[in-house]
Amino acid sequence: MKLLLRFLPEMIKSPLISEIILETGAKLNINKANVAPSGGEIVIDIPPDKVEDVIRAFKVRDVKVIVLEHPVIRDDERCVNCGACISICPVDVFEFGEDWSVDSNVDKCVRCGACVYGCPLCALSLGEEDV
Amino acid sequence: MTEKTIQEINSKIRDGSVCVVTADRMSEIVEEIGPEDAVKEVDVVTTGTFGAMCSSGVWMNFGHSDPPIKMQKVWLNDVEAYTGVAAVDAFIGATQISETEGMKYGGAHVIEDLVRGKIINLRSTSHGTDCYPKRSINTEITIDDLNQATMLNPRNAYQKYNVATNSSDKTIYTYMGTLLPRKGNATYSGAGDLSPLSNDPTYETIGMGTRIFLCGTQGHIIGEGTQHAPGANFGTIMVRGDLKDMSPEFLRAAILYRYGITLYVGIGIPIPILNEKLALSTAIKDSDISTSVLDYSIPRRSRPTIKTVTYADLKSGLIEIDGKEVKTSPISSYHVAKKIADTLKRWIEKGEFMLNLPAERLPPDTQVKPLRQTRELPLVKDVMLTNVTTIEQGSEVEEAAKRIIKGEFTHLPVVSKDDKLVGIVTAWDISKAVASKDKTLDEIMTKKVVTSDIDEPVEISAAKVEKHNISALPVIDKERKVVGILTSDDITKLVAKRRVK
Ligand code: SF4
Ligand code: SF4
Repeated sequence: MKLLLRFLPEMIKSPLISEIILETGAKLNINKANVAPSGGEIVIDIPPDKVEDVIRAFKVRDVKVIVLEHPVIRDDERCVNCGACISICPVDVFEFGEDWSVDSNVDKCVRCGACVYGCPLCALSLGEEDV
Repeated sequence: MTEKTIQEINSKIRDGSVCVVTADRMSEIVEEIGPEDAVKEVDVVTTGTFGAMCSSGVWMNFGHSDPPIKMQKVWLNDVEAYTGVAAVDAFIGATQISETEGMKYGGAHVIEDLVRGKIINLRSTSHGTDCYPKRSINTEITIDDLNQATMLNPRNAYQKYNVATNSSDKTIYTYMGTLLPRKGNATYSGAGDLSPLSNDPTYETIGMGTRIFLCGTQGHIIGEGTQHAPGANFGTIMVRGDLKDMSPEFLRAAILYRYGITLYVGIGIPIPILNEKLALSTAIKDSDISTSVLDYSIPRRSRPTIKTVTYADLKSGLIEIDGKEVKTSPISSYHVAKKIADTLKRWIEKGEFMLNLPAERLPPDTQVKPLRQTRELPLVKDVMLTNVTTIEQGSEVEEAAKRIIKGEFTHLPVVSKDDKLVGIVTAWDISKAVASKDKTLDEIMTKKVVTSDIDEPVEISAAKVEKHNISALPVIDKERKVVGILTSDDITKLVAKRRVK
């Protein structure tokens, strides 16, 4: 499962992720990390059996945790199955299927956002859910 | 040799015995039974394409208000339409961007919203005349309120198109979509084996008056499109159709991020199989259509060709460039193109669409010329002042003041011992320093100097002057030696002179 973590600026310096890996024993995979003066945003992938532990560990450290259940959302009414998104996505979420329609395997999405701007029909967006 | 006429095909359409196939199937048929039998078996081949076609728009007639207005400026949902014609006619172009929302909404969106029956705000202004006294209007309309809404697209349905890639190390945003750095992807457009003009590349049956599928209804080709270049297999068509009958399934507003707004247009042309030549030309396969991969990071008219590929290569999803596999993406939709060819096939089979021969065929031999640029601004070295006075770093402020007065310059470049530019002082900096008395030249000079290169077009220097709000640019050579100075006055004079010429 993927989590979006939002940090306050003062937390950026502390070795949070390492602490949490040690504490929960979860193998975290960092999909994306952004750090700005206003704070940081990290997307991590965690094994399903550790979800609760990891969320709890971040929350006690005052990190805002957002579960990314539907990483990229496609508006199928708007999509014309052009395929422009295919070569832009770094993790091959999109591919041509039957009849040259475009299939998506959103589980792979790392929320990089590239396809959201890359889709000429504005059919793609990133979903968010707070916990 | 088997020959057929349009009349024979149309009577088959009437009696329901017509045989129609989509262009993607024709190659198999011709391979299997040969062109001669294919002419006997197949009457019509339908084609289709659905992609970004910027050169599109709609002529509208709004009807007269009371009192009447001669509309001189018109906005639809804040997108300006062209009105340099009669009182209540206007043309909304697909790529025009909104004056309030910028690149989020544009002409193409207005067109799609009209087709969807949405309410559109219409604003207009006028100077008022004796016969058209009203000076402004602000009202809400839908497509049903328009007397005419005629789609008229000056250039659509490119026979084929170039492939775009980007060799620079930044992502670039183009009319061919997002191009990732270091040839990270390649984008292409066009339907390959279904492409209308590729199926009849000598325009035997295509020309002025040809009835076609246009955005879900029946429209017509009214001639060759602008930039029609048949010699290079870059033919185009100009088309016309009634927007009121069109469907949003085959007409869509789109945004090419950081490039602009465009309209996805759906076009299908039926090709009557009158003879073997047409049976063979409609049997074209993706692997028969080749196109060039161009480097879009080069911002010039002629971009270098990196390699030649076919539509079959492109559709495989990967092409090889410099020994590296590069992912490809179409920006046009083959899925919808096929739907268009299928729909047109169904219309013909049901007797709802009759074929016709064109009144004039598309010209087979026109060429595209580049723009003649007669008022190009010269290069910096042609206009800069070369007798520039400089001052050495560490000099007294008084000395600087003297030189400015003597040379009658307002800007004094400061140079190091080995003559390299290190700063600049203006007359204003100096008078301030003289007034306060305790400053050295090094303290008062601007150290981050905006400069010009000798070989830079003056246009670029002009943009720097404007961007940094400065009044002079020292011109330097490769060693940072000051070789001249360019003042904003000189640039302004030059630009003004060019304009009046
Ligand atoms: S780029 Fe957009 S419209 Fe094209 S296939 Fe992807 S989601 Fe659909
Ligand atoms: S957000 Fe990034 S990773 Fe997710 S589908 Fe879009 S391009 Fe792929």
